[in-house]
Amino acid sequence: MSDRAVRWDEALLPPAMALAIALVVGDVLILAFGQSPGHVFGILLEGTWGNAYGFGQTLYKATTLVCTGLAVAIPLRAGLFNIGAESQLAAGGFAAGVAGIVLPAGMPWPLAALVCLVAAAIGGGLVGAVPGALKAKFGASEVIVTIMLNFVVLAFLNWIVAAKLHVPDSLHTAEIAAGGIPRFADFTLAFRGSAANLTLLVALTLAAACWWFLFRTKGGYELRAVGLQPEAAENGGIPLGRTWFRAMLIGGALAGVGGINYVLGYKHYYEEGFGSGTGYMGIAVALVGRNHPAGIVLSALLFATLSQGGLAVNAIVPKQMMEVLQAVVILAVAVSAPEVKRVLRASAKTNA
Amino acid sequence: MNEPAIALSGIAKSFGPVQAIRNASLTIANSEIHALMGENGAGKSTLMRVLAGMFTPDGGSAHVEGRDVTGWDTKAAIAAGVGMVHQHFMLVPTLTVAENVMLGREMTKGVSLDRAGAEDAVRALCERTGLAVDPARRVADLSVGEAQRVEILKVLFRGARILILDEPTAVLSPPEVQELWRVLRTLRANGGTVVLITHKLDEVIDISDTITVMRAGETVGRMATAGTTPSDIARAMVGREVSLAKRVASGVVVPPQATPRFEVRDLSVRGPTRARAVDHVSFTVQAGEIFGIAGVEGNGQTELIEALAGLRSCESGSILLDGRAIQSCVVSERIDLGLAHIPEDRHLRGLVLDYSIADNLIMGRQHQYAGAWSLDGARVAANAGAQVAKFDIRPADATLPARALSGGNQQKIVIARELGGERWPSVILASQPTRGVDVGAIEFIHARLRAARDAGAAVVLVSADLGEVIALSTRVAVMYGGTFVTIVNGDDATPLALGPWMTGAIKSGDAKAGTATAGAA
Repeated sequence: MSDRAVRWDEALLPPAMALAIALVVGDVLILAFGQSPGHVFGILLEGTWGNAYGFGQTLYKATTLVCTGLAVAIPLRAGLFNIGAESQLAAGGFAAGVAGIVLPAGMPWPLAALVCLVAAAIGGGLVGAVPGALKAKFGASEVIVTIMLNFVVLAFLNWIVAAKLHVPDSLHTAEIAAGGIPRFADFTLAFRGSAANLTLLVALTLAAACWWFLFRTKGGYELRAVGLQPEAAENGGIPLGRTWFRAMLIGGALAGVGGINYVLGYKHYYEEGFGSGTGYMGIAVALVGRNHPAGIVLSALLFATLSQGGLAVNAIVPKQMMEVLQAVVILAVAVSAPEVKRVLRASAKTNA
Repeated sequence: MNEPAIALSGIAKSFGPVQAIRNASLTIANSEIHALMGENGAGKSTLMRVLAGMFTPDGGSAHVEGRDVTGWDTKAAIAAGVGMVHQHFMLVPTLTVAENVMLGREMTKGVSLDRAGAEDAVRALCERTGLAVDPARRVADLSVGEAQRVEILKVLFRGARILILDEPTAVLSPPEVQELWRVLRTLRANGGTVVLITHKLDEVIDISDTITVMRAGETVGRMATAGTTPSDIARAMVGREVSLAKRVASGVVVPPQATPRFEVRDLSVRGPTRARAVDHVSFTVQAGEIFGIAGVEGNGQTELIEALAGLRSCESGSILLDGRAIQSCVVSERIDLGLAHIPEDRHLRGLVLDYSIADNLIMGRQHQYAGAWSLDGARVAANAGAQVAKFDIRPADATLPARALSGGNQQKIVIARELGGERWPSVILASQPTRGVDVGAIEFIHARLRAARDAGAAVVLVSADLGEVIALSTRVAVMYGGTFVTIVNGDDATPLALGPWMTGAIKSGDAKAGTATAGAA
């Protein structure tokens, strides 16, 4: 199977290079603040992988990023740029939160969590399906539609929460009655205080399922063919529109499931703005992970580490420095990733 | 004065790990037409680009008129009178012929361009060389043949005495080719030297004085054209004996069946610009017949085949396969009904270049390999192993991406997929099936198409290579301006008979006159 055509050195070299470049830029920035790079990176590692709380927070952040990263990667494999993971994530979280309120309180948590998870997938999937359908039917640019839909969906959710569903004096919905997902802290005290929860296993399972889908199934074979060479796929009897629609539907559903990390695993309610950019960050995660599910898990951990590490080093250098480093990683990978060039070329062609 | 015009010796050039030319030597006398022959990828164009100053050789030396010019640049080459006409035109379509010709060497009158002066200069050049084209016309309005003349004019205007032409006849109809030959002979008579890069054997016999053959980056033979036969050249090009595409009278008369295998009724198709590209075309193809469609490219052949394959929607009309209307079937349904398609552009439609050979071999048939949860990898691999062996695809490693293969082997993947199944397809749409593949692969692909025909398939063959259409077809249609202007029996099809139809010199309106001409030829 064509999986083998992916060479490991080709897959790993660009992200490794990007990381090296980011480290060098980071050194320069730290020196500019009059600190020792070794000292700062030491604190960063200690605050993320060195203690149970920091590690838990890193895993928690990585969980959502795995979902939004996959949400960008699957459509990108089909040749579509899904910029809408932010609103797909919010819609998924909202659907899970509402389902959690509606379900009877006595329902066993695994069953209730499963129902909420399905609701999240449907919520995110619906938001992803709209640009997919418009692309399939009318050839509307998915980039523009997903960006615009981010505003529409987020505004709609804000309105409905503010107008109908919020708890007084807050911007969140009522706490869910059933479907809360246990935190790791419930099993080992070491993780106490961190938000890491069993959603991580859901995210890893989804990554494995995405890998299987992409590289082992007929659907994945067709989806990748459409992304690599739509004309050849069409000649092979693969309907382009239906494949695009399916890719966006799956992408939206994946982002939507990411919403349960916060809603079921952490706060137990939907809150306005909980995504706070993790959807957009999914684009970077997918690019750095080279659209490969295993790569996405690794790059989600990287971005989660930088984000959490920014908090750890905030005392001696501004945490915005870590955001600069994230941007450097993204730029370095984007320049070297052939996928980006191909998709840009293809979208330039279809929009011409 | 007996210095050769060009003397290249021991030229080597590599691009990264690819050694394009390793040991190429070439001597061309003054005032001769020299043909540089070789299969695709033999290194002809690369060698000539070294001569024209576009590439710096890694080794060897180049002399022009006795002067050592090794490693010069294009500017120096043009100054020394060496000019190259490329396969792909580099003209500005919105400018006039004269403006294009003087581009880079603008004639001025004070601060403004001297358009009238340029037109006069170009007109004079046209008269001297016999290249007939109106200097005041816009390039966008020219035919392909005329655009090529402009390219040649451009090079001559800059004072070229040594003219290199890269595959000049690929886009020309037979009368245009004759016209070009006339121009080249005039140039030679005026003391010019011409190098012609080509892989078409009969052309070389027609026009050249001397031939140099390249194979795998090396020059392997130099011969005087007089006394050389096409098979001699083919043997030098391929390195072994090949049987050239010759018309083999099948001797089989296909009886018309009540329900033809494949029938197209009154089909109209719009092209990419929404203009009607196929205009009310009707034809039938019986089982065991190859129906050839000849014509200069861009006369609707692409749109016709795409519509038949289901890749382009029909404006009106119907397509019947074994009597069943398929014009509203999607591509996958047509494949399942036994319609095979060899697309004209294998890099665009024929193959997913980044997919492995094995994955490309199941494209369009992937549902046959799908299990409940996954594609059956073992069966995909088994199919690939069998096809690679049966069609001699090289290298024989089915996990390699299709991109890594040569053009001929890539085309074999397409042929294996479309014609290598357990059952023969009912209808085969073969569009430019041998474009850009080497002589050995051409022989093989022709044999497969004949075998499919003999097994009862109806074959629709579109080719820009008139020789190929004539060699294979039971009947030949000529497509011009979106319609079939004539349909003749394969035995009556000759370049001379079809040529006037291809250029539109005879229109369907003069059908009687046309038939008379075809009969007389």
